[in-house]
Amino acid sequence: MSEGDRSFDVLVIGAGPAGLAAACRAAAARAIVCLVDDNPRPGGQIWRASLDRVPGPAVPWIATAARLGVRMIEGARVFAAPEPGRLALETGAGEPLDLRYRSLVLATGARERFVPFPGWTLPNAMGAGGLQSLVKSGFPVRGKKVVVAGSGPLLPAVARYLRHAGADVRLIAEQAPLAALARFARSLLHHPHKLAEAAIFGGSLAGVRYLTSSWPVSAQGDGRVQSVTLARGGKTFTESCDYLACGFGLVPNTELASLLGCRVSEGVAVDDYQRTTVEGVYAAGEITGIGGVDLALVEGEIAGHAAAGQTERASRLFQARDRQRHFARSLARSFTLREELKHLAPDDTLVCRCEDVSLGRVRAATGWREAKLQTRCGMGPCQSRVCGPAVEFLLGWKPDSVRPPLFPVSVNSLSQAGDSGS
Amino acid sequence: MNDAVTLRVNGKPVTVPAGAMVSTAIAAAGFDLFRRSVTGQPRGPLCGMGICFECRVTVGGRQHVRSCQTACASGMEVQTDE
Amino acid sequence: MNASFDVAIAGGGIVGAACADFCSAAGMRVAVVEAGPIGGGATAAGMGHIVVMDDSPAQIALTERSRSLWMALARELPADAEYVTAGTIWVAADAEEMAEVERKRALYAGIGVRAEVLGPRQLSEAEPNLRPGLAGGLLVPDDGVSYPPCAARFFLERAQARGAVLLRAKAVELMETGIRLAGGEAVAAGAVVNATGAWAPELTPRFAVRKRKGHLAITDRYPGFLRHQLVELGYLKSAHSTAADSVAFNAQPRRTGQVLIGSSRQFGAEHAAIDQPILTRMLERARAYMPPLADLTVIRCWTGFRAAAPDKLPLIGPCAGRPRLLLATGHEGLGITTSLATGELVAAHLSGRPFAIPPEPYLPSRELEAEGDPLHE
Repeated sequence: MSEGDRSFDVLVIGAGPAGLAAACRAAAARAIVCLVDDNPRPGGQIWRASLDRVPGPAVPWIATAARLGVRMIEGARVFAAPEPGRLALETGAGEPLDLRYRSLVLATGARERFVPFPGWTLPNAMGAGGLQSLVKSGFPVRGKKVVVAGSGPLLPAVARYLRHAGADVRLIAEQAPLAALARFARSLLHHPHKLAEAAIFGGSLAGVRYLTSSWPVSAQGDGRVQSVTLARGGKTFTESCDYLACGFGLVPNTELASLLGCRVSEGVAVDDYQRTTVEGVYAAGEITGIGGVDLALVEGEIAGHAAAGQTERASRLFQARDRQRHFARSLARSFTLREELKHLAPDDTLVCRCEDVSLGRVRAATGWREAKLQTRCGMGPCQSRVCGPAVEFLLGWKPDSVRPPLFPVSVNSLSQAGDSGS
Repeated sequence: MNDAVTLRVNGKPVTVPAGAMVSTAIAAAGFDLFRRSVTGQPRGPLCGMGICFECRVTVGGRQHVRSCQTACASGMEVQTDE
Repeated sequence: MNASFDVAIAGGGIVGAACADFCSAAGMRVAVVEAGPIGGGATAAGMGHIVVMDDSPAQIALTERSRSLWMALARELPADAEYVTAGTIWVAADAEEMAEVERKRALYAGIGVRAEVLGPRQLSEAEPNLRPGLAGGLLVPDDGVSYPPCAARFFLERAQARGAVLLRAKAVELMETGIRLAGGEAVAAGAVVNATGAWAPELTPRFAVRKRKGHLAITDRYPGFLRHQLVELGYLKSAHSTAADSVAFNAQPRRTGQVLIGSSRQFGAEHAAIDQPILTRMLERARAYMPPLADLTVIRCWTGFRAAAPDKLPLIGPCAGRPRLLLATGHEGLGITTSLATGELVAAHLSGRPFAIPPEPYLPSRELEAEGDPLHE
């Protein structure tokens, strides 16, 4: 790639709803835009395309981006920021790639939060979104018994998708209480376009039990999950299953923002124009706080306009964003994780799945850094993306600092990061 | 299924739709165990989006490849742990 | 905080922990003052190579004594200290470096350190992933590898089992009568040891220890890829120069199957962030020696600050004119190896018992000429 092919007015990281919207709005303002995603195809997690090629909501955005000349790079991950205005990536083929920008829009999305309980490491015990995304890439679940558990509006969406793919979804166990969900359902009435989501409470999942105030306390099986024991109403019951799809809400992927020096609290801190605390760096979508696809879209649009210098256009969308933020707040309130979930894991339950470190060993440390140094917790290839949020939930420890490489990367790529290379 | 891909998982031939990920082929070939953890526990995919590294397998002799992020290719040799 | 101690040690790195271990073993009442995690500074940043080094007779004496202490301790070390007698191979690229191999072998033979010269074929049999065409090497089979933070914790736990006290606090002032803590209280002690590594001059000004930044990278697990700790002999030409930034090929097999890749040395770099140009140079150097490294996956990089003294020897013993204030710092890249001999020397200084090796070369009162810009004027 020549120098001109690697320099962009606006570089967008993440091709989910926020990133696609940002790229389209910036490109419409005649900015030279590049949109990068680490997945093989654009759409992000929520708009991940299925192999059956049913046109999803990402399609028109991707078409618009293409029409506006947005350069799309798929399967590439940012692993370092060697200097301001510059990112180092590794492509899906394992080659290093160096990209430069005037403005950067971070739309790196979110991942599932996992809460450890005995048996959560068994094969076929997965994330809820995790199993869904595998099925979208053809993972066979036809006729398989699946229990969906955890928390959040993702659970019924996953259950619906799995049923569509032929799975025998036995039940959905939502840890939040019915009263909170009823409030949430009422709040959806203020967002008519979200009524499809509300419909879950009205029976479009007929035949699937939707339990509230219910959560997994253990999973059992010989070499793979075969049953899950769930708590409900002060008692437990056991349901047999081939797959357990379990996630406890979402965690923003703030690592790149942290590496760039952006202020991060719950999510990446942004101002009205989605500007982070670092000059020229914008953030949009779930990384600024979990708020769903509609908030991500409007934040992405604002960030795209602003990154291309169209602040007036950006400001016209503030009101729409405010409405979505209202919804996001109601979402967070409704699906707050209950205290009982902090006591599911006895001391011998693993917290760090890369290095097989138990909660008891982690708990014995004085903090995250000591736990890392003394037990290897968080020192494996996931770089604490799984155990970090779990430990934060269980023990209240904030994650350690972020350093390059942000993802495991070959010595070859790492040694070429920051080369002025031609 | 016009465009299908045939590859081998632990020596066993398996055919999957074009565009399917290696994780799909492993499950389709009937394997639940993708890797052994550092203390020997059986593991399979968790996050499905390339973050957790639980679905690592050996592809074409290359170790530590995330099967959920790697598209199947014709003739590919995939090796899980035992 | 009225307890009185025979010795209060500032710093819970491997050197402070080893001092606590030896002092408590000598019957002293010991306090260790450390606000952060045990072994969380240079101890955690270092490679954990247990090695005999021959830069000067005093360095040989200290590293050889210390390595023999590690070897004697090997069986008692807990599994998480990951002690392995991997052996070092000093890799010679050319005839000039082979001459150095021969000189080193003769020197080691003279002091009873086992060492074996490897020709080009033996070298490539010992480490098949090294590039072809290297001249040979020197195998030092008894050198070891350890995971320093857990070794430090083990030393401290041994001391604690003998009654030593760990105070989770920040030391702000060192006196001959004790340590003042950030909260204002003081830990009264008959003697004080400054074992705060590169930060030692902030507590005991006016000696020439400087921060020398280093980078390391660690890979995912590739059991069998590497068998010995490999160090290029070009190290002598590059890394030991105190003036310029330098890199050298240094690769270590961890017990986990991971490969730890070093090394870099920089003065004047105060920021802990990864310095990409120096990381690039370091990795390129490693690839030049071991081309298949290119395809291995790096999962983490980090930096640390070595405490570097101008004559490349640590400062161990009483400060001039302040006999009850001791230093145990300036170990630069050898702090893991020399922690044990340092603890032994400190304990001997304080107890008046015989020294295992002559203490004079390491005394802070020795003539030290600061090179470059001294940290304190």
